[in-house]
Amino acid sequence: MWRQFWRKVQRITAKILTEPSLRRWLFACVIAVGILAGVGGYTFFYAEGPSYLSDDPKSCANCHIMNSQYDSWQKSGHHAAAVCVDCHLPTSFIPMYAAKAMNGYHHSKGFTLQDFAEPIQIKPINSQILQNNCLRCHGPMVDTMLPGATTDRDAIRCVHCHRAVGHGPPAGLGRTDQGLAKEMPRGVVLPKSFRQKEPK
Amino acid sequence: MTRETPSTSRMRTALIVVLGITAVVTAAVTLLLVNIFERKSEAYAPWVRFEKVDEDTTDPAIWGRDFPRQYDSYQRTALPTQTRFGGHGGSEALPEEKIERDPWLKRMFQGYAFAIDYRDRRGHAYMLTDQENTLRLTKPQSGSCLHCHASVMPLYRKLGDGDAFKGMDATHKMSYTETHQMLKDMGHLHPVSCVDCHEPASMSIRVTRPGFLRGIAEFANSSQGAPFAPSIEQWRKGNKKRPYDPNRDATRQEMRSFVCAQCHVEYYCSSEIPLTFPWGKGLSVESSEAYWNALKFPSGERFFDYRHAETGAEILKAQHPEFELWSQGIHARSGVACADCHMPYMRDGASKVSDHWVRSPLLNIQRACQTCHYLPESEIAARVDVIQERNYNLLQRSGAAINDMIDAIVAAKEQGVAEAALQPVLELQRQAQWRIDYIAAENSMGFHAPQEAARILGDAIDMARQGENMAMRLSRGCPTTAPVPAESPATPETPDASPAPADGADAEVPAEAPAVDTATVAGNI
Repeated sequence: MWRQFWRKVQRITAKILTEPSLRRWLFACVIAVGILAGVGGYTFFYAEGPSYLSDDPKSCANCHIMNSQYDSWQKSGHHAAAVCVDCHLPTSFIPMYAAKAMNGYHHSKGFTLQDFAEPIQIKPINSQILQNNCLRCHGPMVDTMLPGATTDRDAIRCVHCHRAVGHGPPAGLGRTDQGLAKEMPRGVVLPKSFRQKEPK
Repeated sequence: MTRETPSTSRMRTALIVVLGITAVVTAAVTLLLVNIFERKSEAYAPWVRFEKVDEDTTDPAIWGRDFPRQYDSYQRTALPTQTRFGGHGGSEALPEEKIERDPWLKRMFQGYAFAIDYRDRRGHAYMLTDQENTLRLTKPQSGSCLHCHASVMPLYRKLGDGDAFKGMDATHKMSYTETHQMLKDMGHLHPVSCVDCHEPASMSIRVTRPGFLRGIAEFANSSQGAPFAPSIEQWRKGNKKRPYDPNRDATRQEMRSFVCAQCHVEYYCSSEIPLTFPWGKGLSVESSEAYWNALKFPSGERFFDYRHAETGAEILKAQHPEFELWSQGIHARSGVACADCHMPYMRDGASKVSDHWVRSPLLNIQRACQTCHYLPESEIAARVDVIQERNYNLLQRSGAAINDMIDAIVAAKEQGVAEAALQPVLELQRQAQWRIDYIAAENSMGFHAPQEAARILGDAIDMARQGENMAMRLSRGCPTTAPVPAESPATPETPDASPAPADGADAEVPAEAPAVDTATVAGNI
């Protein structure tokens, strides 16, 4: 059967190449596909496509929507222990790329069409992925505290209380740092403009 | 064999279809490429300057050519907006009269122009129009009013030969119509404009209004704690050689409140003395009251805004102390600025701008509240509604109390009770009305500091009922006791702040201000 199919392809190719009118159309097709490959390839690289195959947190903020999440992650407790994908994607190969593809599709569609609701919120399925990842590392310590299945829709997620572990407190919150002398370690020499007279 | 090979024409059609599909896909990819390019350029947030703007560019449309995003949202302040307790809806020419809706409000203002006309608010775009059209202008009004209703700085600089403070001090003696005409002749008759809060060269936010600059410097010199403005507490720890200047000392986050505090505050703006913010003793309701009580008119008389037409009490009229009430609340303590909720950041493509459509956060819960509060919109709205409804109910009870008190005073007067014996009652009316008005005129229905608002109204109801009781006892010749004083001020003094300079509020009255018959004061504002 394969041999028959192959022969047919050979015959069609031979005909296109010998028939002058078909040859012209083939030539046009080849050029068009070439242009598509060129523009498509360039777009892929211009859109920093390869970065999405990595686990670099910077690529999650490529489009700037996640800027505050990226900024606050850098100041959070988990900064040293986990990057974005450690918490937000499954670990095994196929589920990981499936989740990546699904989220990638939603994000690029939303950002291109600008039709998503803000502030952005996590989808239930991603929330479950997140919960699984909390337990992946902390499970041994907390399994006795969890009363039932953590996959229940109503089960309380770790981040319900530990909200700030991943992204830190929301940007702009917290009392403004007063930078008063009592908080300054002794012996630190500040630039002249920052120097305060010691309170008596 | 030929039967298995497609005909030339069919193969041609197939090739053409392949070509067509490739062309469409290429077009789609190019579209995507251009879209990505646009988003990337937005992310650089570039702007092109076509116009040269300077301190005298008061027309916002000129700034708008360079900053179209901000200008677009600024123009939306002309849209009618309404929440349950604020604003006005519909397309009627003028908002509803507050004094018709709440008769006790009208009664409190008897003897004052607010009993003539006092309506619901509209957006920033109407601040000048509504002032030009208010029926309060049928009484003589001072030029001070334009401090906040127009882009007035060029006029101040002109009147003060370059010194805006001197210029402002010249306007309270001028009439509103005269000042308005001067501003019109100079071509600066615009409502609050870009230049009032933005430095024209760098676009950084700054404060311009002399009234605020003076008031906040006086506050910095007081000993009341300033948890809402760490830079003030820091300045107090320094050598205090230069007076506190927000444009130099404040952080950017503080400035995002201070620009609003140039106007959304309690002040005196009639013709006896220059525009004054009563902050020399602190920002709480009691501190401002103490400031006014200590202030003397040039004639030597104690400060008051008007004499109540029915009782003769010397009344303090509270303007809209949004900044002061906010400063006593939890959001202020947490470092949340006015602009965080009233002008929240919004995303426009990949660029971030602050929304210049200044409005109630209740109309914008997503961006105003949910950035910090991870709760459904309906839950946030419901929580705010509970706070505001409680405040509204307390306010209505205080209105009923002040009404009964005035009834009792009028009855006592008819009974022939001596003026001197009634003095403590009139004093209680002054105190109670000041507190009720402080919350009634404040534009958040208590939300800016719910507990503080409830405390103030609780004190007010108590004072009004004490006064009513006293007046009734006097009418019947029963013995009276001295009024129970209110609690100590809400904000405790900062233990580590240096003591207030022994200035005494008397020093704040400019010596050169001329004596004006107090009867004219009664008609002002």
